[in-house]
Amino acid sequence: MYGTGLAKGLLLTLRHFVESYMDDLRYGFRKYHHSTDNFGIRQGTKTKGVITVQYPDEKVAVPERFRFVPFLIVEDEDHPTRAGKDWCTSCGICAKVCPPQCIWIVRGNDPVTGRPVPEPEAFFIDIDICMNCGYCAEYCPFDAIKMDHDYELASYDRTSHHIHDKERLSKPNSYWRSIAPTRAYDEMLVRGTWEHKDAAKEARRGASSARARSSQPAAQAPAATVTAAAPAAEATPESSAAAAPSSAAESPTPWSEDEAKREERRRKALERKARRAAKQG
Amino acid sequence: MENLAAAPEQPIETASIDDAVSFLKSNHPDAIKLDDRDGYEGVIVDPDQLLDVARVIRDELGFDYLSSATAVDYLGEGDHMEMVYHAYRTSGGGALVFKAQTDRENPTIPSLTGLWRGADFQEREAWDLYGIRFPGHPNLKRILMWEGFHGHPMRKDWREAYYEEELKPFDSRWPGGHVHRSEEKNVFGKNVSYPTDIDLNRLMDSSETAVYESLGLGVDVERIMDKDGFETNELVVNMGPHHPSTHGVFRMLLTVDGETVTSLEPVMGYLHRNHEKIGERNTYLHNIPFTDRLDYISSMGNNHGYVLAVEQLMSLGRKYNPPTYRCEALRVMMVELSRIVNHLWAIGFWLNDIGAFFTPVLYFIQERERILDFFEAVAGSRMMCNYMRFGGLFGDLPERIKSVANLTNDRVRDYNTMQFLTEMINERIPRTIDELELLLTQNEIVLERSVDVGVLSAEDAINYSAAGPLLRGSGVAYDIRRADPYSIYPELDFDVAVEEEGDMYARYRVRVTELRESVRILRQILPRLEATKDESIWADGKPGAYQPRVPHGEAYGRVENGKGELGYYLVSAGGRGGSSNPWRYHVRAPSFINLTPLGRMSQGYKVADIVGILGSIDIVLGETDR
Ligand code: SF4
Ligand code: SF4
Repeated sequence: MYGTGLAKGLLLTLRHFVESYMDDLRYGFRKYHHSTDNFGIRQGTKTKGVITVQYPDEKVAVPERFRFVPFLIVEDEDHPTRAGKDWCTSCGICAKVCPPQCIWIVRGNDPVTGRPVPEPEAFFIDIDICMNCGYCAEYCPFDAIKMDHDYELASYDRTSHHIHDKERLSKPNSYWRSIAPTRAYDEMLVRGTWEHKDAAKEARRGASSARARSSQPAAQAPAATVTAAAPAAEATPESSAAAAPSSAAESPTPWSEDEAKREERRRKALERKARRAAKQG
Repeated sequence: MENLAAAPEQPIETASIDDAVSFLKSNHPDAIKLDDRDGYEGVIVDPDQLLDVARVIRDELGFDYLSSATAVDYLGEGDHMEMVYHAYRTSGGGALVFKAQTDRENPTIPSLTGLWRGADFQEREAWDLYGIRFPGHPNLKRILMWEGFHGHPMRKDWREAYYEEELKPFDSRWPGGHVHRSEEKNVFGKNVSYPTDIDLNRLMDSSETAVYESLGLGVDVERIMDKDGFETNELVVNMGPHHPSTHGVFRMLLTVDGETVTSLEPVMGYLHRNHEKIGERNTYLHNIPFTDRLDYISSMGNNHGYVLAVEQLMSLGRKYNPPTYRCEALRVMMVELSRIVNHLWAIGFWLNDIGAFFTPVLYFIQERERILDFFEAVAGSRMMCNYMRFGGLFGDLPERIKSVANLTNDRVRDYNTMQFLTEMINERIPRTIDELELLLTQNEIVLERSVDVGVLSAEDAINYSAAGPLLRGSGVAYDIRRADPYSIYPELDFDVAVEEEGDMYARYRVRVTELRESVRILRQILPRLEATKDESIWADGKPGAYQPRVPHGEAYGRVENGKGELGYYLVSAGGRGGSSNPWRYHVRAPSFINLTPLGRMSQGYKVADIVGILGSIDIVLGETDR
């Protein structure tokens, strides 16, 4: 009969309408309340009716692999020897694989010898040009650049705010571990340590030079810190692996840091770096 | 020829490609030369006899479908221009590749539009971007650039506004790293040179007249008597470029007699960014995320076509491992999920176009959201997936689809991946398709708006190089997954959707059937994924190099994407070791070529139908304009 198709369609619309209320009753309107469980119901595979997320009051959590503008990893502040040090060795691979060529790196040079050192002097990413492809993170051999989850980067002036420098890009290793626990864990297994690849090497080298120096009478090497670092750096994958889940479970603290704290961290890192440079010079 | 003599019962229109080539060679001995360049295929035809040879290829050899026609500039590699044609049989099988060469100074090649109307837009593109003239073309005007544009941008010696270096990676990025913003170095307005005979203040006028003229009229209106003897005026109407029904910045120039459309000319290029030029500056790897931005509704499919083309080239080299089975299964799964996304989107927005504003499309989008959630968890992004790599993938499936809480997000989800997939494929998607059919298939309004509207006959569909649901809706059962199979499709069990009528409703039906067939494929993929759990996604067990050297040669990789045949024509030039940047990177975009028959399909229908007809073709401007 003419009109039955139409009527069936309208019934379907009606069903959707009714079902959303049935669903509300089933969960006692719980699914609208803010909590992880309730949100799981609303966004789950069984839900009927409204699944809308009220952005920006509510935000969908992004999965681990989610990629937005990259950031650079620096060593955690509480690291005994390398606190605040860049993981990046300025090898330049990320700048080469970057499709729109929005990474600029100034390779660090030793002020005395003039030879390149494995640390970038400056690092810029033009986030207007970055296409969030994730290649830099994928091909970095030192796990030093990672894709961030922070997608709210709006600013008032694109000409002055959208080229991120090293300061702006740097975030501690612990941040990466908090936004991508399983990936950070897998990478740790490959590297063999929670720290930068070089940490173990450095610790060994530091230990041997400390030994060399302590054979001389006027040794004033900071041997204490080196020996403290060595066990941590040389921890076997197994032992770190055992430690990893528990530490992750103990501190599921979401990354949160206000601007002041961030500034403080930056300042401290810079000071440390200056001290280190002074010592070396 | 010996083969043919030995097997006389084998008619020449079904003979193998090799036999076809030798048939051509015996027919036109002085016009045909085998293309013996390293890694190249097909024949080189003398341009003077191109039309004859093409006619034989189409009529006697049965290659009735001209898939792609594109130009290559061999500056410094022989210093000639070349048109490359890929012709296929709609009965299935591989391509007969034929080429015509001409000099760079005054490049001229006869137009094939008389044989294949599908060459129309593609030749216009070659004129626009390469400056090749096609005598015999009915309407040889620029198509992507504007009429007053200076130069032909795809030529190797043409340099774009923010030109920095011939090839990426650029030297200035590392280790010197002097950051700058291109706009500061190259201020807008100072980076272009206009031809001297262009009056910038009257730019619109001079470039637009040609468009109006192509419709067979000047800007003046004509006086027409209708059948009752009333005097009516034929009116020119511009729909777009900013019009909600054109799915982006796209313009249709109609002449209407009352409500009836008498002719239609698509005008495009508003979103043109010279994707191919960018692609030729890029390295092979750089291009994968750029392909995401073509048909941004189904980026997985775009990735697939491109990696297939590059893998074809790489297989010419000595060291090449084909992708593992798990990798192929994952690719097919992703591509079929994107097909579902694409068709849900296409049907939904087509309904918007014919007036069912947003209720149906929102039902479909709910399902699309799940699929995008899945893409996001696996590939890292909902739409710009950038998931496939040469010989592998970005990553295997994660154990769990899990989100993490952090500063900006406080709503967490956590599912087992395989369980999520199983639920989605076995329950959610079929349920959505059922609802879709309940809502639409027998709906009287849909039927009245779409049956017998926008009819395209099978002969026309083939001749206009239509592809995808547009072709199959006209009764041509041509699906590349079956006709020229790739990946693991040969072992999968599914049917090619086809409808005879050639109207909007037939295209809708084809899409619905394809949705169901995709689900059928996905159901077969699930056990394959379970079975290959422990297999690596990388042929060599480890990720590929970031700057692969690709051997010398050419390749045409094509896939059946949601919108139709998506092809990538690649040329790798450079020394014996191959090169890391493509010499030629061409995209055969289904959305672009499917617009060729739009004018034909629209004639005689009402203005309100035009919107639906365009919607039923299913275009996306990211791909049309490239
Ligand atoms: S690839 Fe990694 S280590 Fe190398 S320059 Fe980039 S961030 Fe630094
Ligand atoms: S995400 Fe891609 S575009 Fe962005 S900086 Fe990294 S490589 Fe470049």
